[in-house]
Amino acid sequence: MKLDTIWKAACIALLTYSVIGGLLMPVPALDILNETIRNLYFHVPMWFTMLALLTVSMVSSIRYLAKGELRMDHWTEASVHVSLQFGVLGLITGSLWAKFTWGDFWPPDPKLNAAAIAMLLYLTYPILRSTIQDEVLKARISSVLAIFAYPVYIALVFILPRMYASLHPGNGGNPGFNAYDLNSNMRLVFYPAVFGFILLGWWMTSHRAKMASLSKRMEELELSDTFLESKK
Amino acid sequence: MKNRLLFLLLLTISQLLQAQDMATTFRSEGKIYVVIAVASVVLGGIFFFLLRTDAKLSKLESEITKRENSKEL
Repeated sequence: MKLDTIWKAACIALLTYSVIGGLLMPVPALDILNETIRNLYFHVPMWFTMLALLTVSMVSSIRYLAKGELRMDHWTEASVHVSLQFGVLGLITGSLWAKFTWGDFWPPDPKLNAAAIAMLLYLTYPILRSTIQDEVLKARISSVLAIFAYPVYIALVFILPRMYASLHPGNGGNPGFNAYDLNSNMRLVFYPAVFGFILLGWWMTSHRAKMASLSKRMEELELSDTFLESKK
Repeated sequence: MKNRLLFLLLLTISQLLQAQDMATTFRSEGKIYVVIAVASVVLGGIFFFLLRTDAKLSKLESEITKRENSKEL
């Protein structure tokens, strides 16, 4: 079997399992959270997927700058694009969850604000690209942005919120992820969900990157067509 | 591989059989399965779309490769 088929089948199996298991498998009964604790299976993987895809964008940017393959730039563009989609989903699902547990769509929580700022940072990436006409220049400058934005993103989302009291588990004075993580029943769904969504993000990214590469090849074919015709 | 899948399936089933303390009416009415059906349909639709896009992209790629090859000749 081809590797492609294997990971795509794994993505489908993991996500199907996590939706069914996520709604049916037992979860700890906690105050305020009640059944919404199951959101852990769907809200948190959005952020894991975003992080994974941004890591992809950082690596492919470095590879582009090192080797100059335009294909790598297509991967950077695609992974940043898809990761932003997952980030938006993460913000919306988190906001909904917060309304029913913390009492507000946007509570004054350092992690929320930092995540929003980090999103704005990566929103500059597509905007920057759209302002540069020259293909190589566009790829080079935006690769540099994608490399340097990555550590800033990590600091904003994973380090700074932990230095302040936050409503999010694992931050500040809160009891931490351990409160859920100790529950091995939840791990049985949480980890498959994370891997499933990361594979889904990779899948979507590969589509976008392939599309960009193909339209580039189409362009070159058309260019050589017009060149041949002008020669006649 | 098969044994592991079977184990996972049995694990899921055994956990379903355990008594639930939370949201019992939610389940005793059995309508949680409607939600699962709906969510599965949504997922299925997404997977269908992804697989179709896969197929279309491969077709496009092979056509472009064909044209490129005919150019080189």
